[in-house]
Amino acid sequence: MNNLELKKIANEVRKGIIASVHSAKAGHPGGSLSAADLFTYLYFEELNIDPQNPKMEDRDRFVLSKGHTAPGLYSAMAHRGFFPVEDLITLRKLGSYLQGHPCMLHVPGVDMSSGSLGQGVSAAVGMALAAKMDQKDYRVYTLLGDGEIQEGQVWEAAMFAGHHKLDNLVVIVDNNGLQIDGAVEDVCSPYPIDKKFEAFNFHVINIDGHNFDEIRAAFKEAKETKGMPTAIISHSIKGKGVSFMEGNADWHGKAPNDEQYEVAMADLVKIGEALDKEEA
Amino acid sequence: MAEKKMVATREGYGEALLELGAENPNVVVLDADLAAATKTAVFKKAYPERFFDCGIAEANMIGIAAGLAASGKVPFASSFAMFAAGRAYEQVRNSVGYPHLNVKIGATHAGITVGEDGASHQCNEDIALMRTIPGMVVMCPADTIEAREATKAAAAYDGPVYLRFGRAVCPVINDKPDYHFEIGKGTILREGTDLTIVATGICVGSSLEAAEKLAEEGISAEVINICTIKPLDEELIIQSAKKTGKVITAEEHSVIGGLGSAVCDALCKSYPVPVLKIGVQDVFGESGSAAALVEKFKLDGKGIYEQIKDYLK
Ligand SMILES: Cc1ncc(C[n+]2csc(CCOP(=O)(O)OP(=O)(O)O)c2C)c(N)n1
Ligand SMILES: [Mg+2]
Repeated sequence: MNNLELKKIANEVRKGIIASVHSAKAGHPGGSLSAADLFTYLYFEELNIDPQNPKMEDRDRFVLSKGHTAPGLYSAMAHRGFFPVEDLITLRKLGSYLQGHPCMLHVPGVDMSSGSLGQGVSAAVGMALAAKMDQKDYRVYTLLGDGEIQEGQVWEAAMFAGHHKLDNLVVIVDNNGLQIDGAVEDVCSPYPIDKKFEAFNFHVINIDGHNFDEIRAAFKEAKETKGMPTAIISHSIKGKGVSFMEGNADWHGKAPNDEQYEVAMADLVKIGEALDKEEA
Repeated sequence: MAEKKMVATREGYGEALLELGAENPNVVVLDADLAAATKTAVFKKAYPERFFDCGIAEANMIGIAAGLAASGKVPFASSFAMFAAGRAYEQVRNSVGYPHLNVKIGATHAGITVGEDGASHQCNEDIALMRTIPGMVVMCPADTIEAREATKAAAAYDGPVYLRFGRAVCPVINDKPDYHFEIGKGTILREGTDLTIVATGICVGSSLEAAEKLAEEGISAEVINICTIKPLDEELIIQSAKKTGKVITAEEHSVIGGLGSAVCDALCKSYPVPVLKIGVQDVFGESGSAAALVEKFKLDGKGIYEQIKDYLK
């Protein structure tokens, strides 16, 4: 898939995020939007998966360690064909399989339940370890928040992954700079993130998380890296694509009201039109 | 019934912290990236030099609280119940409980009324976890007024305390001039002769509603509010059981290990009577609005009334 195609899908994924969170009147748009390009690349380009056969034996695994950004995951998975896009608006409603945080028992294609920050990465390490034990060549990917990496468990997982040279593991940190209480560097700084992963014996790649050339190159480099796990530090903008949400911690875990929904959708429609023009 | 004011118990927690900050320069507040939600942001604004955001690192936060307490401070450490009691359980047990340090844990967003976030965030096990720790005081206020008073009482008490608060609004029931709070004391909110409902947290309001409905059918229910689950006001509960011979417990928590279990523990050693435990019946929660979930899990007035009616059949 070329970059333009990916950009167009990412824009649809973003619309799905806004529509579902608006419908739920709750949820986490900020970190879903910052990771929308990553979700798109993973589900449309990188992961060896089959929406028709979500439990395919040797599929690549993806663990959303920052489980609160389920709207981004669900939207990418729906657009990829795991379940109907129309179901996105049932997010967080009583009886919906699209729970506030992903549950592997309910959603086809979700490999691990998450929501409590810091835990998904350990499960991903376990999956990568199992692949090594079984001499399988599937790969394991996990996405973390930059606030999430304040959890000590993340570094326990990193130490184990480095120690066991899990080169089938890719840890991605969505470095959007914000958590709930403000900027990560003001709350309790996790910086320098890249140096930390290096110290834990990871191969580290810094990228612009909204640039598909850089995303593509990073995943290729990760695949070529042998003898150590890879960490991709994705520098991103929280709320990316929706003007009033960009770079604003207030939009971490809040739904747009009807009026804000219209503005957000108009922003995304405009982006879509510009992409159409680019194509013509 | 007159329309009751609706306020979440976490509001009372924030208000009390603000008062305590003014009274005692040793009061320090810690949070783990949830200051607006837990209401510690109110304290942060007034006393920024005595507020520390630990980031998303709850286990470490509890350890830091232990160190502060060992150095003469009065730390209040806050997060959602899932993470304060759940994630940091062993730190609470070994760094706070075992050395009996003066740490106060202000845990908000307990139970299913967390709502849309779903099961991963709905802690229905914290009372069970906390009450097994020797020396830990466990309180679960019924309204914002009790939340405020319980927080102040926790500060005045020397030793570890777990305070459980909710996210969703619930009726204010203690807005009475003679209201008085004491750790370890339950209160009879409504007298009755046919059965006793022992309730905690948001289920106190619902139990009063249920009692009203039962009264319309000639069933006289006594309603006891138990804010302090540990140490439990055993005498009050046993006295009531002697009068009514039937006990129903109601809590927004698992029926395993919570108020229901504590009440059974108390009754079975000196005055065993049949007990119906109303609560979360050994299942995980799910996403939905707080109101929809309270209805589904039958913890609203109607749900408690129906469960009692079924039981009496
Ligand atoms: C263990 C744990 N503590 C607290 C929370 C509540 N919480 C949900 S999201 C969040 C902030 C996450 O910030 P970050 O990791 O930077 O995510 P992003 O910016 O990508 O949304 C917090 C504290 C949680 N889900 N799990
Ligand atoms: Mg972030």
